[in-house]
Amino acid sequence: MIKKNWMYWLFFLALFLAPFYLTEFRLSLLGKFLCFAMIAIGISLIWGYTGILSLGHGVYFGLGAYCMAMYLKLEASGGRLPDFMEWSGVNKLPWFWKPFEQPVIAISSAIIVPVLLAMFLSYFTFRNRIKGVYFSLLSQAIVVVFVTLFIGKQEWTGGTNGLTNFSTVFGFSLSSPLTQIVLYLLTVVLLLSMFLFSRWLTRSRFGRVLVAIRDSENRVRFLGFNPTTYKVFVYSLSAAFAGIAGAMFVLQVGLISPAMMGIIPSIEMVLWVAVGGRSSLIGAIIGAIVTNGAKSFFSENYPDIWLLFLGGLFIAVVLFLPNGLTGVYQSVRQRKKQGEVRANEASSHVLQRVSRF
Amino acid sequence: MSVFVTQLFNGLSLGSIMLFIAIGLAITFGLMGVINMAHGELIMVGAYATYVVQQFFAQYAPQSMDYYYVIAIPVSFFVSALLGLGLEKSLIHHLYHRPLDSLLATWGVSLILQQMARTIFGAPNVAVLPPEWLDGGVHVAGMVFPYKRLFILAFVAVSIFVLYMYLNKTAAGRRIRAVTLNRDMAACLGISTQKVDAYAFAIGSGFAGLAGCALTLLGPIGPTIGTYYIVDAFMVVILGGVGKVIGTVLGAFGIGLIGTLTEYSTSATMAKVITFALIIVFLQWKPSGLVSMKTRSLD
Repeated sequence: MIKKNWMYWLFFLALFLAPFYLTEFRLSLLGKFLCFAMIAIGISLIWGYTGILSLGHGVYFGLGAYCMAMYLKLEASGGRLPDFMEWSGVNKLPWFWKPFEQPVIAISSAIIVPVLLAMFLSYFTFRNRIKGVYFSLLSQAIVVVFVTLFIGKQEWTGGTNGLTNFSTVFGFSLSSPLTQIVLYLLTVVLLLSMFLFSRWLTRSRFGRVLVAIRDSENRVRFLGFNPTTYKVFVYSLSAAFAGIAGAMFVLQVGLISPAMMGIIPSIEMVLWVAVGGRSSLIGAIIGAIVTNGAKSFFSENYPDIWLLFLGGLFIAVVLFLPNGLTGVYQSVRQRKKQGEVRANEASSHVLQRVSRF
Repeated sequence: MSVFVTQLFNGLSLGSIMLFIAIGLAITFGLMGVINMAHGELIMVGAYATYVVQQFFAQYAPQSMDYYYVIAIPVSFFVSALLGLGLEKSLIHHLYHRPLDSLLATWGVSLILQQMARTIFGAPNVAVLPPEWLDGGVHVAGMVFPYKRLFILAFVAVSIFVLYMYLNKTAAGRRIRAVTLNRDMAACLGISTQKVDAYAFAIGSGFAGLAGCALTLLGPIGPTIGTYYIVDAFMVVILGGVGKVIGTVLGAFGIGLIGTLTEYSTSATMAKVITFALIIVFLQWKPSGLVSMKTRSLD
């Protein structure tokens, strides 16, 4: 296993050692990208393996992030009302904010809340065999609903500004480099475990059913499986990944706002996976890092071109690289192998001819 | 009572705009199973075409400013239709069997079109002055029904009627319906499905252009005007079902009325949540929408 997949291990080793060779700024950028990579793994599971295209993962990411941010905000306010509530004239902490004083509840709800929403949406659509484009559009509508809700209920969510100005987590200062390195390493560990778990899942019997659902859902149904259960499970799992990613994102970036969970970020998440290769888990991770790297490069240097580039990337990937970067890598390797085989054949042919003489 | 009637009128007005936006989507989606995410941008193109016509009149024929809108209607239709035709021929044509991929690719197109509008016309909104004969409104029992909204209602009604006649009473319309119903069989009977796809897509895009032209009456237009309405239009298509014009009509007015009535009794934010929840509940009852074509195919 180690011999065959040495590239994976090298990749994760490089991630673990990043604090030694990256500057503080670059490290926090990489930490952010790794949070995105977590979402990408989940999207690869549902899209590449099961054939469900969700345009709503920004919401699960946002919900996870807000759950964590509520805890951080309460800790930063030190027992008083969060500042934005005072500004909007709220004089008592709303009841649903209360439990978030407990870190355990905040962290577990960063997973549970997105999962519950995902289960609700997916169960009530997949149960009725609503699939394909219909599901994608419904998942996009849920983004609109949540973004308007979060902006509209300013007194509870901080409105367009979102939640920011955190100071400490569990008493450790968020601005200290050591905390940031610990958080970064925690992100790598989480990403690695999600990767290994998904890899195990996709290679198991369960994973084969997922691929079968992608290729022909009705045949799977005729064979006696219930695709709904599988689809709801895998969709909720990817929502859980996105929720965890959101929580880690808030800890490292220190800000969450409705703009980060809107339609455009949600569909960008799909692009990361498309660039990396939709049915490859490692491809999804690499796609997330590469696309976001390109994004921060372009939007720093040429902000106007970024949108054009993004649009062009969507078209190019779909038309010319349906299997993304992984597909390119595989076809190059295959061609090399074929070339070797052909060379061997040719030489053996020559040898045969020679031996006849 | 008068409040209720006003709300009803607002709902109908919103519904007619939804219908205008969704009808083009419903044609292309029903026919090809392709969701065109750039549909909102075709609306924007139609709106900017109206703006350009207005600027042209202001520049060269200020004495006939009153009638620029009459010219703007066909112009916006044809500009969007041509753009749609180009889009179909160059991109969507290659992605028929991959509906999810075509969704992503057309979203890429929408980003590019938005950015181009920003480059050409600038990021801030531009205002299109409605023709003077549309100012004011009808006063009935203390209520005011603005001419603009009435005009849009009539505009939509006429367009839908023309579309209905086209689809149901002409040979070209019959071909479109045949391909929608069963693509392979239609191809076997000698219908060129490629041609049908191309001009159906052009017509759907043209309707987006008309919708853009109508939207200019309601307020200033900007590069992102399409994205504002497009998600609701998708919901109309899902609620209405595909393949029949009447389904889209019912879906659009349903969403328009629910939207305005819940908005009146709660708030704009809650209205969105309630509408979405109602759509999900409704789909439990009729998963393929209000009106759907009966077919024996499984997928």
